[in-house]
Amino acid sequence: MQTSLSRFILVRLLQALPVLFIIATLTFFMVRLAPGGPFSGEKKIPKEIQANIEAHYGFDKPLHVQYVRYMGHLLRGDLGPSFKYVGWDVAELIRRSFPVSLQLGVFALLIALGLGLPAGIIAALHKNTAADYVPMGMAMVGICLPTFVMGPLLILLFSSGLGWFSPMGWYSWRDLVLPSLTLGLYYAAYIARLTRGGMLEVLSQDYIRTARAKGASTSRLVFVHALRGALQPVITFLGPAMAGLISGSFIIETIFFIPGLGRFFVNAAFNRDYTMVIGTVLFYAVLILALNLIVDIVQAVLNPKSRLE
Amino acid sequence: MNRAGRKVFCLATAIFLAAFQISCQRPLSNVESGNRDQVLHLGNGTEPQGLDPHIVTGVPEHNILSALLEGLVTEDPKTLQPQPGAAESWTISPDGLVYTFRLRKNARWSNGDAHTAQDYVYSFRRILNPALGAQYAYMLHVLRGARAFNEGKSKVAWETVGVEALDDHTLRLTLEHPTPYFLELLNHYSFWPVHPGTIERFGAFEKRGTPWTRPGNFVGNGAFVLHEWRVNSRIIATPNPHYWGAANVALKAIHFYPIDSADTEERAYRSGFIHRTQTVPIHRIDDLRERRPGEIKFETYLGTYFYRLNVTKKPLDDARVRRALALSVDRAGLVSNITRGGQQPAFHFCPPGTGGFTAGVGLKYDVEEAKRLIADYLKATGQSRVPPIEILYNTSESHKVIAEAIQGMWRDKLGLDVKLLNQEWKVYLDSVMQANYLTSRAGWIGDYNDPNTFLDMWLTDGGNNNTGWTHARYDELIRQASRAPDIAARLACFREAEEILAREVPVVPLYFYVNVTMRHPSVQGWHPNVLDHHPYQHVRLKAP
Amino acid sequence: MSTATPTTPAPEGASLWHDAWLRLRQNRMAVAGFVIFAGITLLCLFGPTFFTRHAYDKTQLEAHFKNPDATHWFGTDALGRDVFIRVLKGGQISLAVGFLATAVSILIGVTYGACSGYVGGKLDALMMRAVDILYSLPFTIFVILLMVIFGRNFILLFIAIGAVEWLTMARIVRGQVLVLKHAEFVEAARALGYSTPRILAHHILPNLLGPVIIYATLTVPAVMLLEAVLSFLGLGVQSPMSSWGLLIQEGAEKMDIYPWLLIFPALFFSATLFSLNFIGDGLRDALDPRAAKD
Repeated sequence: MQTSLSRFILVRLLQALPVLFIIATLTFFMVRLAPGGPFSGEKKIPKEIQANIEAHYGFDKPLHVQYVRYMGHLLRGDLGPSFKYVGWDVAELIRRSFPVSLQLGVFALLIALGLGLPAGIIAALHKNTAADYVPMGMAMVGICLPTFVMGPLLILLFSSGLGWFSPMGWYSWRDLVLPSLTLGLYYAAYIARLTRGGMLEVLSQDYIRTARAKGASTSRLVFVHALRGALQPVITFLGPAMAGLISGSFIIETIFFIPGLGRFFVNAAFNRDYTMVIGTVLFYAVLILALNLIVDIVQAVLNPKSRLE
Repeated sequence: MNRAGRKVFCLATAIFLAAFQISCQRPLSNVESGNRDQVLHLGNGTEPQGLDPHIVTGVPEHNILSALLEGLVTEDPKTLQPQPGAAESWTISPDGLVYTFRLRKNARWSNGDAHTAQDYVYSFRRILNPALGAQYAYMLHVLRGARAFNEGKSKVAWETVGVEALDDHTLRLTLEHPTPYFLELLNHYSFWPVHPGTIERFGAFEKRGTPWTRPGNFVGNGAFVLHEWRVNSRIIATPNPHYWGAANVALKAIHFYPIDSADTEERAYRSGFIHRTQTVPIHRIDDLRERRPGEIKFETYLGTYFYRLNVTKKPLDDARVRRALALSVDRAGLVSNITRGGQQPAFHFCPPGTGGFTAGVGLKYDVEEAKRLIADYLKATGQSRVPPIEILYNTSESHKVIAEAIQGMWRDKLGLDVKLLNQEWKVYLDSVMQANYLTSRAGWIGDYNDPNTFLDMWLTDGGNNNTGWTHARYDELIRQASRAPDIAARLACFREAEEILAREVPVVPLYFYVNVTMRHPSVQGWHPNVLDHHPYQHVRLKAP
Repeated sequence: MSTATPTTPAPEGASLWHDAWLRLRQNRMAVAGFVIFAGITLLCLFGPTFFTRHAYDKTQLEAHFKNPDATHWFGTDALGRDVFIRVLKGGQISLAVGFLATAVSILIGVTYGACSGYVGGKLDALMMRAVDILYSLPFTIFVILLMVIFGRNFILLFIAIGAVEWLTMARIVRGQVLVLKHAEFVEAARALGYSTPRILAHHILPNLLGPVIIYATLTVPAVMLLEAVLSFLGLGVQSPMSSWGLLIQEGAEKMDIYPWLLIFPALFFSATLFSLNFIGDGLRDALDPRAAKD
């Protein structure tokens, strides 16, 4: 098991290199094909000045030459300067904003798991009773209120109404509460639904029926037997969801004025900030690859029947 | 009450008191502490693109840079009239071509270095250097020979450009043509100086994006220095002890917050986080007008909101259709019900009073006349229906509601088939520049307080014309205006140009901008003006 | 690779489907969900032709932001348009997008995930790395390119939504299949020499229905909201048409001043999701192959 696991991880890490290469290449050409450039603005620039800027950044060279040059820099670990935020390097901007998004994402994840998992388990154990309908109804409310509604709603209640928190900003620990709640409640709803579904699936399996017939206690039933099978969809969902959570949410960061990575993700595309787009995409890709790898390992550990493939 | 009940009661009281305390012990808000310590907190739109005055192009950047740098002239905070800045006086040659500035001997850079005429030569040469690729370099093209140098044609020598340091404190600028608004131009950040020693220390003269603009590195000649810069969070400027007028600067710090979302910014204001917002969401105007009448401000702004008409495409190649579109818009209804900020309906293009110029009324609201024009057009071209018209706008809720309202007017009043098309900003810009649209929403903010910044747009080769409209007489008038012997002759040129616009209608002006903002009563010395410029050395905070 | 397309149920399955139908009909929540859902759908489809007093695009500038009253049941918006009719009209778009795009994502996701998981080995690695690539590519730029190359087009909307929404579905299905393919009953079927398509369709697919149905009911709201994001990029519904996603988005920031602009579209949206959810749960229970033994 030990050697097969390390072999598995090694293979996946080797696979990651061509995957990242393909992502960088596709993104490079996609962003260049999109209309408008980093320097197009409402006021048109005289042709000669436009030419000066393009010469400064090497945009006057053929695209494949620019591509080779960019990939050369990338191989040396250089994500290049941002085109929009003159004077900042892409890597520096990511380094400064990621910790913010990470903090927010981790708290949101804790809220999501802390609410979602128990709600899903309780609901499944008491299927079609009040203990099912109440938590699931609340989960549905969470799904029906997307973050751009939940955010202003929480602000209205806890900031404008009760005055407990500041409506925006990222300056003290209090500023963590509302945004991570907004983000966490949304994911909690998903996790609760998926957990309940997974639990119901497993609770009707033969081995659980057997365990139940043998008189296993409910908690033993849940934690020893059922949960490991039931969590499979939840864990799969969590891979990309976690990547999304810790790389920041544009909507939340905009509503609450938080200096996280999510704003860069979206604004980079709108600004046609070529290097920033590729930088953030690669950063996200690394997260996705790593988290999906972890998901696959966790699943293999939870379900000895599914081998690492 | 039994014991258990008493316990519960005590506990409940304790919890209530604790909760009460949490709500009472809130630290002072930014506005409260700011008023006490003379710290101004400002909403500032978006994260600045940078703080290099020769690279940046936006309004948020202006708001910060105007604290950090000072041009040769500044402006009166109320009237925007040119006032001595880094130069204490100047003379203008009788032909209006040569400006000679006497620099203040007591002016210093923020690191204590002497502030000399050579620094301006260096700065102008830097922004005009083709290798820097400065977008706003064209603002300096009024200087003699600057355009040729900037375009790098056949390696033009710098010495041919009309910028000369006669001695350490005398700067002579020579212009290509007499330019009546030259002093106003000098207040644009493209004309502001940079500190040569700092630029050289952090990289070469022609390099963009060196770290010279970071806190600790930035050396300026303005009333404030850069103290802190947290991307997407805040920028702090503190007083510059070497500033020549430092004795009169009241503020102890200015905090700029790049709050993109107007709704978030408005909440920030209501919670006492900032003294002033950059804007107010349209849907909150009515509510704020009622609840905070003294704090919501409606201030005329030098800008026009309009629709471009692409005259190269059917049916807009016919002036009758274009004029009918312009006549059938109920502008009064639009501004009172949709934009709701007290905007003025626009019946001509250049905002009234721009540099002392107000055009005669060229357009009106006349549905009958519009219907007649459409009927004429149909008869003359032998069609039964006007081909469909599409309105292009960049995605934003406020542009959308205006487009929907205009669509309703053209449909209900003229019976036209009108479609809407929204595009993401850069895609929209691309469509407009390639004239790949029928009508498109646009706005224009004056670069300086003179009709030329609005009217030279519709020249045949105007970079921002984009309508395909060309008119020989119009071109001639705008060129005449720049060489006019006196103000009256100049304004006459503009007046006639506006008449041509109203007749030919390559553009449907809708309304003149009003800046709607929230401003705390404690902010003193902040005067409304059409450029929304507020020199911070005049501002002080006084709790009401 | 078409091995995983669900084949028509074999003859012996007929009674299974019949039983499932009976079980579904006995589930009161599911029936209630179905009734509500059908009601909303019919109201959205035929309401605008039946209630002709207002048109969704009729602007009356002076009557902007009017409270709900006898004339305008749900009040009016910034342009004085009737919110009731706009919610119904918006429902047409949202329901169409919600269902078609979810169906597309199920079809692609289940097929892809089942193939990848069942075949395994190199193909699985290749297919899953392709999913990783698609997760990472910048969605905004992708949509902008789609529009530039093909122009505005309703079908593009489904392609754009389908392109993102099937990915997690595929990974969930693959994860299940990895477990299922080593289950005793699948091993037994293989030992009996059944063909791969038959095993996939008859032994694996029925066991996937639970998670697929649950994730599908979660995909519907995601898709409806994604449509609003795409409208921002110029894809999707064109003004003055609207959709629930857009109406909710526009109402969200006005909730404290003009609450009706948020409440009514959100009510319709929520009622639809709740009813779908009950239908989904009912379907899952009814189709559970083991439930029959209870």
